[in-house]
Amino acid sequence: MSAPAAVLTTVTRPGRRDAADPASRFAGLHRLLRLALRRDRITLPAWILGITGLMAAFTAMCVSGMHSCTDVIRQTAFFGSSPALRILGVPSGASVGGYTLLRGYLTLAVLAALMSIMAVVRHTRQGEETGRAELVGAAVVGRHSALGAALVVTATADVLLAGLVGLAMMVNGQPVAGSLAAGIAVGGVGLVFGGVAAVTAQLSSSTRSAIGLATAVLGIACLLSGLGNMLGTVTDGGLQVHSAWPAWASPVGWGEQIRPFGDTIWWPVVLFAALFAGLAGLAGILESQRDGGRGLIAERRGRAEAGRWLPGLSGLALRLQRGSLLGWAIGMLGFGVVFGAISGQIRGAQGAALQWYTRMGGSDHIVAAYLTSMLEMAGMGVALFVVQSLLRIRSEEAQGHLESLLATGTSRHRWALSHLLSTLLGATVLMLVFAVSMGLAAGPVLGVPAHLLGELIPAGLVQLAGIAVIGGAVLAVTALTPRWATPLSWVACVSFIVLGPLFGASLGLPGWAQDISPFTHLPKAPAVAVSYLPIVAMVGAALALTGAGLGWFRRRSLSLPA
Amino acid sequence: METVIELAGVVKSFGRSRALDHLDLTVRCGEVHGFLGPNGAGKTTTIRVLLGLLRRDGGEARLLGGDPWRDAAALHRRLAYVPGEVNLWPNLTGGEVIDLLGALRGGLDRARRSQLVERFELDPTKRCRAYSKGNRQKVALVAALAADVELYLLDEPSSGLDPLVAATFQDVVRERRQAGKTILLSSHILSEVEALCDRLTIIRAGRAVESGTFAELRHLTRTTVSVETARPIGSIAGLPGVHGLSLDGSRAQFGVDPGGLNGVLQHLVGCGVQSLTSSQPTLEEIFMRHYEDGAAVPAAAGALVASR
Repeated sequence: MSAPAAVLTTVTRPGRRDAADPASRFAGLHRLLRLALRRDRITLPAWILGITGLMAAFTAMCVSGMHSCTDVIRQTAFFGSSPALRILGVPSGASVGGYTLLRGYLTLAVLAALMSIMAVVRHTRQGEETGRAELVGAAVVGRHSALGAALVVTATADVLLAGLVGLAMMVNGQPVAGSLAAGIAVGGVGLVFGGVAAVTAQLSSSTRSAIGLATAVLGIACLLSGLGNMLGTVTDGGLQVHSAWPAWASPVGWGEQIRPFGDTIWWPVVLFAALFAGLAGLAGILESQRDGGRGLIAERRGRAEAGRWLPGLSGLALRLQRGSLLGWAIGMLGFGVVFGAISGQIRGAQGAALQWYTRMGGSDHIVAAYLTSMLEMAGMGVALFVVQSLLRIRSEEAQGHLESLLATGTSRHRWALSHLLSTLLGATVLMLVFAVSMGLAAGPVLGVPAHLLGELIPAGLVQLAGIAVIGGAVLAVTALTPRWATPLSWVACVSFIVLGPLFGASLGLPGWAQDISPFTHLPKAPAVAVSYLPIVAMVGAALALTGAGLGWFRRRSLSLPA
Repeated sequence: METVIELAGVVKSFGRSRALDHLDLTVRCGEVHGFLGPNGAGKTTTIRVLLGLLRRDGGEARLLGGDPWRDAAALHRRLAYVPGEVNLWPNLTGGEVIDLLGALRGGLDRARRSQLVERFELDPTKRCRAYSKGNRQKVALVAALAADVELYLLDEPSSGLDPLVAATFQDVVRERRQAGKTILLSSHILSEVEALCDRLTIIRAGRAVESGTFAELRHLTRTTVSVETARPIGSIAGLPGVHGLSLDGSRAQFGVDPGGLNGVLQHLVGCGVQSLTSSQPTLEEIFMRHYEDGAAVPAAAGALVASR
């Protein structure tokens, strides 16, 4: 027994000193790169082409919608003079390209960020969670090779995305420099959030929470840029807006501060690159500090027996969405407070902005119209939560958890309905959180009596009718074609949002296209009195989709893992 | 009820590949039935058809007197299941999963739950993400075996368990059998099936190739005899039922068909037997014989199943 003791005294502590051979930390990188490219050969091109196509469509619609210079000036001016619309972007002079970005930039930037977050997590934390990383790591593969491969692939995708988004604007006749700047603004946000995901993948020990954390950072970034734009200084009657400091604290804001098609500033591009490099380095350092398969945020021990709430299907469904619901609730609270607090500035809106609100909000009372448009926006956000949460019925089946559940006395119907109901319950909570926080923040500013809450709460619940249709659609698609459920659900949800009142009318879409979105038909409460016919129709559509989904679900074999 | 599971000519295809090809399976009430076959033979598919998770393309299926597809949820209250690949919710603890599955089945025996947790040496406070394969298996085993049901469907239940826990598992299965429960145990661990099962069915390429008690199946195979004699063993190779003779001076080893044993023994006595060992064929040998020669099996299998 003396020999091991002697060895122990001479062994150097591993870990911090493994920097001795930098090359070995990235051993096998090129092979992992090829593996990542092979695995993503459909996913990443689909994301890139989808975002590029969206940009091409936005640009084409704006080009065809603007018949004269006065059109461009008028539209841009009313956008710039409206604090709520400035959440989406800041005008830097009147141009078709610039107006396209006002309309589309935030959507594209968020999509680019989500593409990068999912790609990085897919090749890092997901591998560790599923045990693939263990298999790979036992080969001649360095500690940082997987992370390196994930970041290289993601960064390449973002650079490609930047070029193609620029190209999409150029082919629609926009100036080359502005188009390139716009592409970089979108791709840069993607790049930075690839870095953010690299860090969150080190912190949390599960795929879901790594994505959730990175998405929360994205939400904060959007909130900061929106806040900075709202508080910005407006000149030239709304044609020029210079954002306040919060916009500069957000990578999403940097993309807007490049000001493509206006007085283009190139140096924020350096901010993207520097932050990405910093985050990648931080992720590398964190990775050296932790055990493989674990996250830096330690796993706590849990209960030895199920609590009072868990047993039962609804308890399980609620428990599974608990973390994400909490994150969403914090987000809705933040947005509600901010939008409520700035409602006082709306009163000053004049001219084109006044017209826009009255058209969108369906009332010539500007504040009521503003509050209505905010509730519509929140409703569309909650629709995203509903899709994310309900797609769990797909992942529970694909991961095989469903096999154990359905081997008990649980019927397929009760299981699917438990997820649908708990998701709609979550959606109700989120709408209430938003309506109440906006009402409480707006009350003192507007100086209106307490009945504001009494108006906003039912008006927020009206949105649930449209959201329920999307929930029913997700259930139906999952029952009918499980393999395509995830992409089809997201495409349907994003289409409903783009065709809805927030974008549809101002993009000049034809009426029949706008009518496809359930949100188009919802009564514009509180600006307009609630009419019940559309709500009943939406609830009917949701029930029909749910019924069809349950019917299909009963008839097919499960697609379980082998 | 005489039979608990009755499958006749069940067919299940995935695209062009046929996972179950006219499978027959009968499990009687109160027996431990071994369900034996190599990887990919269709064991898991069979159990999923029995659970109504997969829809059969053809054939008849009865489970606990009902239709496994149509009456799935009602039947499941009367059975418990351990999946072959245990996938659990990563953010729930093992204890929570046991209680959840128990509650969904209509309650579990609290005393037996805590007793099983102890016997399997399971830490129920850990999250499922942190469990090793063997520990995930224990969670599924406790969840199933703590339920007081008529039928247990166990799909390769001891994979990943260490030998001590595997022995505990066998004890628990015997206890359940003594309590009058029926158990279908799919496995490719032969010693386990041999130790536990009353009857067994061997499945290959989606078809049942043999089914019966151990006695019946041994009946089909040769006894191996090793013998040392005082005088040369002589013309034994010519006796009926003797196969594969290898001679080494006064020692001989050969296989004997069951019908030829008596004649062989009479011959050996005349040669002055000095030592003799005869071994029953192990399950391994039965198993190997059916999976080594591919072409011969289906024809023989059809005959065997038909003659049953």
